[in-house]
Amino acid sequence: MSSASSSTVAPVLAPAAAMPASGMRFEWRTVLRHRLPLRVMHWINLLCMLVLVGSGLQIFNAHPALYWGQASNFDAPVFATNAAPGPDGKTRGVTTVGSHRFDTTGVLGVSARADGMRVKRGFPEWATIPGPRSLALGRRWHFFFAWLWVVNGACYLSWSLASRHLSRDLAMQSRDWRAIPASIVEHLRFRHPVGDEATRYNPLQKLAYLAVIFVLAPLALLTGLSMSPQMDGVLGGWLQLVGGRQSARAIHFVVMSLFVLFTLVHVLMVVYAGPINEMRSMISGRFRVRYPRTGNGGSDE
Amino acid sequence: MSDGFAASRRRLLRAAIAGTGVGLLSGCDALSGSARFVDLLGMAEPLSQRVQRALTGNRLAAEYPESMISPLFRPNGSIDPQTPEYLALKADGFRDYRLQVAGLVERPLEFSLDALRMLPTRTQVTRHDCVEGWSVIGKWSGVPLAHLLDLARLRPGARHVVFHCFDDLSGDGSRYYESVDLVDACHPQTIVAHSLNGSPVPVANGAPVRVRIERKLGYKQPKYVRLIEVVDSYGGFGAVHGGYWEDQGYDWYGGI
Repeated sequence: MSSASSSTVAPVLAPAAAMPASGMRFEWRTVLRHRLPLRVMHWINLLCMLVLVGSGLQIFNAHPALYWGQASNFDAPVFATNAAPGPDGKTRGVTTVGSHRFDTTGVLGVSARADGMRVKRGFPEWATIPGPRSLALGRRWHFFFAWLWVVNGACYLSWSLASRHLSRDLAMQSRDWRAIPASIVEHLRFRHPVGDEATRYNPLQKLAYLAVIFVLAPLALLTGLSMSPQMDGVLGGWLQLVGGRQSARAIHFVVMSLFVLFTLVHVLMVVYAGPINEMRSMISGRFRVRYPRTGNGGSDE
Repeated sequence: MSDGFAASRRRLLRAAIAGTGVGLLSGCDALSGSARFVDLLGMAEPLSQRVQRALTGNRLAAEYPESMISPLFRPNGSIDPQTPEYLALKADGFRDYRLQVAGLVERPLEFSLDALRMLPTRTQVTRHDCVEGWSVIGKWSGVPLAHLLDLARLRPGARHVVFHCFDDLSGDGSRYYESVDLVDACHPQTIVAHSLNGSPVPVANGAPVRVRIERKLGYKQPKYVRLIEVVDSYGGFGAVHGGYWEDQGYDWYGGI
């Protein structure tokens, strides 16, 4: 709840929470939540992200270890999924993060194939595109959808600038910054905004989207491109900045993990905010909002 | 008849459930099995090549101080070829080895290892990026391929350079081969390397000569090179995709 609008909206919230069954104090209105280009680009983006993560994990599996620096120090990966014999002689999946070792049998290092056979694999078959091991196919999927993702992202940025989506809906205003503490409390109390407030992004939501668009996405693109030996000539300085080619590969992986984390939280928030209404708003654009009744809304009491 | 119809309907229903129920990943597997779809995905490759080349021009790949040389230049693929012609050459320390330059050239050439070492040499400490994802750094010395091609003088129509090798990686009697176009063949860092880290190239790393094409991934930089053939098209070799790994579905560009 932003402090600027709290005077108009906040008083209504409390009675609504106290009398959820009444319903008489509110009316439902259907608004256009997301415009068509945004909806189309959102779903193209989701398709790209799913394929990029799956095919990226397939590529990772070709050498399931990450290093820091220009070259690989094979004795000291910062992250690795290996297979090692366990105490009973059976092969166990061992994941190392720095100097810590974890038994991840079944998921990382050793997992079951579709035919039930246990094999040594970085990430399991259900997480990779294609499922069976194929670096060549994984690369094809990855680079095709990387291009689609970049083109879609460029369209999104251009459209957001031209339509003022960026400046009106996403940019943090001074009242957004002030409203961060209140928004944290709102989230922790699982309180839904009503009225016009429900048609705007809250400050935490804005920060999350801005971080994905302006930090994670460019980082994913740059660390991905700079792994190319051909691009060395122009991205060599960038590579040095991030610590080297193997560092870029490690960062690429971390960025992917953050994208997955973002997506999980994003879906969780959709479920919590009303999955049918939220999904509809991203498919047909229509979004149902609860507005406090104007005039003598409370006269029936 | 109606039984067959019901069965086909059941199959259709099952396929529909499988298609939607099992979800995206199995759909991707099905698409991966379609040659036409895989070709569609491959359309990204010429796009990557064109854009990356436009962005980089003829710039050099990064070179490093000698202090960054990796303790071991990790070998991959063939590491100890067992073909008879290679074993015979290896037995006498490659004294009878001759590098051939042939094809669409005015003057086919042959060089012994000693003759190669007498030619202008470029030494570079560069990073080797394997398609699997790992990297090592090594110091390579050798003759710029552009110099060899100048000596042999290209004939009109020359477009690609095919490298024929001694090793049989698949074990089916074929030989490893690779190809690049003249842009990469004539890049200043493209050298026919006879030395790694100040010593003759070890067998595991491609003795007696390995071609270094520094802006490419490792599989595009053939080891155990026997013949450098200038051609108008690489389509006449192997399974026509321009290289051993390309014939297994890897991209010919090999620059990312």
